[in-house]
Amino acid sequence: MQKSSRQSDPPQHDRPQSGHPQLNRRKFLAAAAVAGAAGGVPAAAAPAPQRPEAPQRLPSALPPNAQVAATETGAAALPSSDSGRPGSDFMVDVIKTLDIKYVPANPAASYRGLHESLINYGKNTMPEFLTCMHEESGVAMAHGYFKATGKPLMTLVHGVVGLQHATMAIYNAWCDRVPVLVVGGNDLDAAHRGPGVPTFHSGQDINAIVRDFTKWDDNPVSAQHFAQSFVRMYKIATTPPYGPVMMALDGALQMEPIRDFGAPLYIPKFFASVPPQGDLAAVREAARLLVDAERPVIVVDRVARTANGVTLLVELAELLQAPVVDQGNRMNFPNTHYLSRPANVIGQADVVIGMELSDYWGTVNGFIDNGNDGFGANVSKIKPNTKLISISSVDLLTKSNYQDFQRFQSIDLAMPGDAEATLPSLLEAVKSALPNDRKDALAKRGDAIRQAHAKGLEATKQAAAVAWDATPISTARLVMELYAQIKDLDWSLVSTAGNTSNWANRLWPIEKHYQWLGASGGYGIGYGAPASVGAALGNRDLGRFSVSIQSDGDLMFAPGVLWTAARHKIPLLAVMHNNRAYHQEVMHLQRLSNFRNRVANTGNDLGPIGTSIMNPDIAYHTLAESMGWWAKGPITDPADLGAAIKEAVAVVKSGQPALVNVVTQPR
Amino acid sequence: MRFIPISAASAVVALLAFASGLTGSHSAVAASAENGKTAYVKFGCWQCHDFNGQGASTSDGLVIARTALPLDAFKSFVRTTNGPMPPYRAPVLGDGELDDIYAYLQSLPQPKPAGDIPLLNAARSQ
Repeated sequence: MQKSSRQSDPPQHDRPQSGHPQLNRRKFLAAAAVAGAAGGVPAAAAPAPQRPEAPQRLPSALPPNAQVAATETGAAALPSSDSGRPGSDFMVDVIKTLDIKYVPANPAASYRGLHESLINYGKNTMPEFLTCMHEESGVAMAHGYFKATGKPLMTLVHGVVGLQHATMAIYNAWCDRVPVLVVGGNDLDAAHRGPGVPTFHSGQDINAIVRDFTKWDDNPVSAQHFAQSFVRMYKIATTPPYGPVMMALDGALQMEPIRDFGAPLYIPKFFASVPPQGDLAAVREAARLLVDAERPVIVVDRVARTANGVTLLVELAELLQAPVVDQGNRMNFPNTHYLSRPANVIGQADVVIGMELSDYWGTVNGFIDNGNDGFGANVSKIKPNTKLISISSVDLLTKSNYQDFQRFQSIDLAMPGDAEATLPSLLEAVKSALPNDRKDALAKRGDAIRQAHAKGLEATKQAAAVAWDATPISTARLVMELYAQIKDLDWSLVSTAGNTSNWANRLWPIEKHYQWLGASGGYGIGYGAPASVGAALGNRDLGRFSVSIQSDGDLMFAPGVLWTAARHKIPLLAVMHNNRAYHQEVMHLQRLSNFRNRVANTGNDLGPIGTSIMNPDIAYHTLAESMGWWAKGPITDPADLGAAIKEAVAVVKSGQPALVNVVTQPR
Repeated sequence: MRFIPISAASAVVALLAFASGLTGSHSAVAASAENGKTAYVKFGCWQCHDFNGQGASTSDGLVIARTALPLDAFKSFVRTTNGPMPPYRAPVLGDGELDDIYAYLQSLPQPKPAGDIPLLNAARSQ
């Protein structure tokens, strides 16, 4: 099928050439027609009837005509009704071929051409425009949506300032290996764009802002170029390792009319790439090492891109009777499985296989931030001769500037490739390498792990019981009061922004791949609220109940996303972990004060000056109510918590977002 | 909402420690759980161990409510630790205040068995 379709794309020599010597870009645009090129994907709508050619723009050095004068004294005019369909209509045709359901975005003049085409020509469906109040929210919503659904979204940002707003969220998506399609409006033509604000908001190369943490970017100069680049960026973003991509979209290009010049536009067909796999010989060697090991340990971070990844990983663990340490940037392995174990088992390993780890060095080493010199101490967590194996698609994509690649760790056997895609061949290799006389020994190993798992679980529950009735409410109590109200629903824990000592992951039975969506990736604060809304949007369409544990500091970076959730009827239960501080920084300041033999100055707050969010305390429930949420709080007595959450669950089940503001212990 | 409940308004646990031969060199007779509660907040112990000494796994904060460490060992650890916890030296935290903090920790209630808490019975199982 792929072959025939590729063959049916128009032959190269038949395609319109954007570099035609007789045409500049604007003339080319005016010349090109939207038509279903033979074998390409036809545009969604029939070509517009031929219309009289619009007046050609002239260099502004010449005496301006009325159009140029208008352009140079304000925003450029949209094409008149008789100048042909705008190029942005064709862009919508392109976008519609890729099954993109939503565009969460903050509106902006630099992409108004495309915006208008999306909502009028495209009828605001596939994709549907969702109004955001911050570009960071739009990107993070797309981030969360992808992790809930496996489908990428597109977001639009204003040139320069909007993209600057979006950058931290793009960095989070980069670190979390999540595809997001970012399109930034920009007015390139200095001679014709509006002076003043539009020019402040234009750049020579806006993509430069995010080039270090996107997989690919482009700046198309023709409608056909847009079609190729948009399909290409989708393909690049969705090929493991996934990642965000960027397109700068010229304002004039959006507005140029499409007219038939005898060279039809076409839309390249998208075919997903096959994920890269680890080298087969290396896979066999890894299998041999794992089978021969006395204490193999499997460590996973972003292995399960799909539900099948979980299934494959369970099969591998059971085959080897090896403990699995799930570092939790995805739900990789059921925590109810007896082979699920905490990170300290790595210390006993003779072979460690790390799959899609974000930090291999940190997996097998420790860093203690405890020294007056500020350098801390490094300690190895593994025995000296432990063999290390890696399967990671991220090895195929490393950039230089931002340090998300972490410290360098020497690996005995490193396989650049996608772990989930490599698991089937690894399973087969392990089965082939596993001698029958090892099976009793493996079963015995499994029994020991089962006992350790049960013992660890009891210890965890007992730890949760400490200060069960305390005020402020303990984070263990918080998550179990919450679980009691949702356990019979098809729930999805979309985020735990902040830090509740991982109680949900330690106490809730997490067995389905969407029951835990991981964290931000880059630890950029402000991810939790918008990513939760994005994930809840995806879960809404899949019939799942979304719940987040929402921290106070995270919410206040861009709380406008609460309004977006209410406006677009996105059901989400947000239960606040309101510890009234940027608590990580509370501890950092205390640490430094101790190193320097000083009593930390707290002013009138609890934490060191500059780290508390109190005096006045923020009424998050009132904030949420003001933006259309059902909300309750502040809940300070643990005895009141269950009833409040129960009310909120009923609201969310009716299709609305709800927030419960809970005053909690710090962690 | 910022108040920290304790099971006893004041506990002179040092007397008990003295009786069992665990007393440190500082006069612990005056150690006060109530004062210890104040010092526990003032010196930031709550930041990693939470307000009731229940600990926080992701802060490397151990459970220190009713710590099993003898007073001398407790004080020695606080003064000299070079692990994840930063040390509290005498110029910052006096001996008397440290005694009080120890008294506060010892005054905290014994947690119920997890099996007696219905919500925890709903937690994951193998």
